[in-house]
Amino acid sequence: MGESTWLNGLLWLPALGMVAVTLLPKGRDSLVRGVTFGCMVLQLFIAALLYQRFDGTVAGLQFATDVPWIRDWGVGYRIGLDGLNVLLVSLTAFLGPLVVAGAWSAVHKDVKLFHVMVLFIQFAMLGTFLAQDLFLFYVFWEAMLIPMFLIIGLWGGERRIYATLKFVLYTAFGSILMLAALIYLVLYTHGSSGYMTFDLRHLSGSQLPLNTQLWLLSAFALSFAIKVPMFPLHTWLPDAHVEAPTTGSVILAGVLLKMGTYGFMKLGFPLFPEAARAMMPVIMTLAVISIVYGACLALVQTDIKKIIAYSSISHLGYVMLGLASLDLIGIQGAILQMVSHGLVAGGLFLMVGMIYERTHSRAVADYGGLAKMLPVFSVFFTILTLASIGLPTTSGFAGEFMALLGAFNAAWPAHLAGNDLPLTLAVIAVSGVVLGALYMLWLAQRILFGEARAPHAPLTDLNARETAILVAIVAAIFAIGLFPGEPLAKTELAAREFQQRVAGETIQLGSTR
Amino acid sequence: MSRATIACKDDAHPMNLLTVIVLLPLAGFLLNGLLGRRLGRTFVSVVGCGLPVLAFLATFKAVLLLQAAGPDAALLEVAYRWASFGDRGFDVAFYFDRLTAVMTLIITGVGSLIHVYSTGYMKDDPGYARYFAYLNLFLFFMLTLVLGRSLLVCFVGWEGVGLASYLLIGFWFEDPAKAAAGKKAFITNRVGDAGFLLGLFLLYWALGTVNMDEINAAFAAPIAPAVSASLVGVLLFIGATGKSAQIPLHVWLPDAMAGPTPVSALIHAATMVTAGIYLVARLHGIYEHAPAASQVVAVIGVLTAFFAATIALVQTDIKKVLAYSTVSQLGLMFLALGVGAYGVAVFHVYTHAFFKACLFLGAGSVIHALGGEQDIRKMGGLWRKIPVTFFTFAVATAAIAGIPPLAGFFSKDEILWFAFASEHGGSPILWALGSATALMTSFYMFRLLWLTFLTPSRMSHETEHHVHESPLSMTGVLIVLAVLSAIGGFFELPHFLEPLLPIPAVVESLEHFEHTLVFVAVAVALLGLAAATFMYRRGLARGEALAARFPRLHRVLGGKYYIDELFEAVLYRPLHWVSDRVFLGLGDRLLIDGSLHGLAVLTRRASGRLSRVQTGQLQWYVAMAVIGVVGCLVWVWRHG
Repeated sequence: MGESTWLNGLLWLPALGMVAVTLLPKGRDSLVRGVTFGCMVLQLFIAALLYQRFDGTVAGLQFATDVPWIRDWGVGYRIGLDGLNVLLVSLTAFLGPLVVAGAWSAVHKDVKLFHVMVLFIQFAMLGTFLAQDLFLFYVFWEAMLIPMFLIIGLWGGERRIYATLKFVLYTAFGSILMLAALIYLVLYTHGSSGYMTFDLRHLSGSQLPLNTQLWLLSAFALSFAIKVPMFPLHTWLPDAHVEAPTTGSVILAGVLLKMGTYGFMKLGFPLFPEAARAMMPVIMTLAVISIVYGACLALVQTDIKKIIAYSSISHLGYVMLGLASLDLIGIQGAILQMVSHGLVAGGLFLMVGMIYERTHSRAVADYGGLAKMLPVFSVFFTILTLASIGLPTTSGFAGEFMALLGAFNAAWPAHLAGNDLPLTLAVIAVSGVVLGALYMLWLAQRILFGEARAPHAPLTDLNARETAILVAIVAAIFAIGLFPGEPLAKTELAAREFQQRVAGETIQLGSTR
Repeated sequence: MSRATIACKDDAHPMNLLTVIVLLPLAGFLLNGLLGRRLGRTFVSVVGCGLPVLAFLATFKAVLLLQAAGPDAALLEVAYRWASFGDRGFDVAFYFDRLTAVMTLIITGVGSLIHVYSTGYMKDDPGYARYFAYLNLFLFFMLTLVLGRSLLVCFVGWEGVGLASYLLIGFWFEDPAKAAAGKKAFITNRVGDAGFLLGLFLLYWALGTVNMDEINAAFAAPIAPAVSASLVGVLLFIGATGKSAQIPLHVWLPDAMAGPTPVSALIHAATMVTAGIYLVARLHGIYEHAPAASQVVAVIGVLTAFFAATIALVQTDIKKVLAYSTVSQLGLMFLALGVGAYGVAVFHVYTHAFFKACLFLGAGSVIHALGGEQDIRKMGGLWRKIPVTFFTFAVATAAIAGIPPLAGFFSKDEILWFAFASEHGGSPILWALGSATALMTSFYMFRLLWLTFLTPSRMSHETEHHVHESPLSMTGVLIVLAVLSAIGGFFELPHFLEPLLPIPAVVESLEHFEHTLVFVAVAVALLGLAAATFMYRRGLARGEALAARFPRLHRVLGGKYYIDELFEAVLYRPLHWVSDRVFLGLGDRLLIDGSLHGLAVLTRRASGRLSRVQTGQLQWYVAMAVIGVVGCLVWVWRHG
């Protein structure tokens, strides 16, 4: 075992934390918060250590564990770090303590249950990223739904029942299809190879006929596209965000949405490469529609949370575009954009929560001139706005730039070969950088500038706890924006393997140039 | 053309000189931004002005190194690798040749002067520390823009100066109009930036590099790159039209005058808005091989020059006159670029930096003296009260009008000559439009001078009583800039840049026109002066009478050809309408959610539980789930 202990520790620490918090005496809210926070911090340390020791030059899994679980079905407890999940695991661990700290003074109802749920979802999210067994992946994937359902349903806003139902129905619908597809996949592999396994390494070697691939990928893709979310499966997201408490929104935007894009990257495309190639035009088109459509809808919202929710749809469109480009730079950009969006949107939702705690309003029209009233708040809000717009030196730029560059690298050869669709889509995607500036600057201008007004004024500026949370996020945003080479070195090999697997030899030669 | 590139970081020069030049203002930003409010005004002033001055001195050192290395040499410094992809990657590297040297000297030199001026102008502003922090931040990004070796680093600076400009235009953000002007500038620039990015992507795909020296070399190579130089050229020029306020993206610059006046001088006259000219000149290798793109540059440039000048004729806000004048002068620079006279364009950047900074700062001094008044109809007779401001303003006015032997005369004369005779797309039409622009420039600038300083006073008694000359920190800077505006033209910059930026050949049959055209240029400048004197010597009356005779024309010019209104009507409002009605109303609410709700209602009816909403839907979910799984499995099993 040795090294794998650390990774198991990282995964099971939140589960242990759940038990510990459950056992705490009633009414000790501060203790509950403290224990949860301590657990998250410890987890962050372990994740940092693992990140540090993760070797980007070695292919395959690191710190892996592989023990049988349900022998008859070939299910195993298989987890491990690889280039595809290392950054997302780090992101999840990084946001953990910030989420708990952000909810410190916001949650007063059922504090214990709330924190158990936060730890639960942390556990499930890490499990989903780390799982290297399809069954295990599915278990964690479904498990995420329960705490999220409860967090929105119990601590949410007025229309929370509607929002949770929409959220659950959408995601569950996708999950069921995925379940059917993965059972079929395992059974098929069983039929052709003679033994049954859910081990991803074996499954990804199976040769399926294109037609079957197409059906299976469609099922997986639907499930993932709902999570991302991609147009036209996105309408659950704004409602969920608006009704969710801050914690829910941060987890949702910070990590949960990446499950969809991660699913495409880890399972959907590599398991069914021929089908993926065949479906790429559709996926690219939907990605670009999501970019523009999300941005346009963000433009006409009046609720701050909805603006950020729709902006998420737009920003994750870049991730899908980068992945679908099957160009190394594009794939790397997609990975970086996932992390960046987690930080930026997570940070923005935290900030909306901070102001909401003070004023109990999320309506853009209620605010003005916060730069005068809350100078510290405004500095951070401006920085996050700029990162969301994708200003160079922030992580938002690095991700968007590379995703777009990748899309173009793939589009020009296609254009020269007579296929204009990728180029057209890539050009439209660039218009997203203008639209992104339009709605975010409109938001910033309306709430930060002009005549000072806000409900319940005068307001107090950010306290030390809130400032510390935002300093951490902003530092990460600039670190990635200025030195993206460091995290990308850890993912390059995996991105190459992904590219090789999905693109096959023909495209790969042209696109690594 | 192969060039000697010497690494700046070697044993003899262990310092990262170029990196230091870039980072000095950044340090100023961080110090003043984080500590400025606590440590007081003296600290802010010393840091805010001191670091740009240090950057200026460091630039001098770099220039000395460069001169020692030869006329076509360049210093190169790789700071670090930003990201790598296999054996390729993007470096953060700085590149310093004569073109960079000129730009960097202007930026740090004029920049330092304007910082010093600002200590007087912004003395009583509560946001003093924030102001200097932003100004330093601007210098940092502007230096990144011109020193960056690759288009990517250039783009970092490119967007960064846009940010600094946004922050400084909206510096007095309590006023919604000022904040809106900042937003408009940012978004208009973003439109251009999209073009810049497209050009960058295309170059990277075709060449595998975005290092600008390598791009030039690739286009000069015997085997042309597999990409249309014209397409790349036009895409990058779209970026340039945004930053340098050319038609149709010029609309942000006049609004940008909402910022403090020294900001208008530094960012919106002397440096940032010339970034587009720098970009085209830097990538001259592309444009030399792209006659079509060059023609686009020349035509857009000359049209912008002409139309902006017509608008400037009727403006009554002192800063707006100067703003349209800047748009117009930038147009002339693009005209030079379009006819292949890259060095001449940079020459005009250089002289323009002096006289336009002097004019804006002079305007600032006037506004300062009048307690905020910017309407020239309410001025007059100021020369006696603020003589230093008047004198320096007059010198700069003569310089921009093209009165010999002041700086503007030389650079403008060369632009018009090449517009006429260059083999690279020169034509009499371009020359005629350029000369008409020069005539109008002379006219509206002397109109400004008359109405502000020389005509009998139209100020209220109250205002007149308070008029006072600005402090030495401001007038001193004005004097320095006025001297530079006067003598700057004697430095033959195009010749200095010739090893890098070729001077275009002129059509042989036109060579003998050169002297004639010089006389015409001088005559044009003097004609403008004479006309303005005739019209405005006594005050507003004659001008107003003329406006009354052509009311419609006057209204169109005053309304700036209604370009803003046009954009509002054909772009902004339709975008909102489509987003709101079609995407949100029809797409999200009606089609997507509507069908979902419809499905839910149907299920509820079918299950016969009309009373319990949630239960009905959950049951539907469970039922659907089971049916779905079974159905899919069966289907796939049989068809797979």
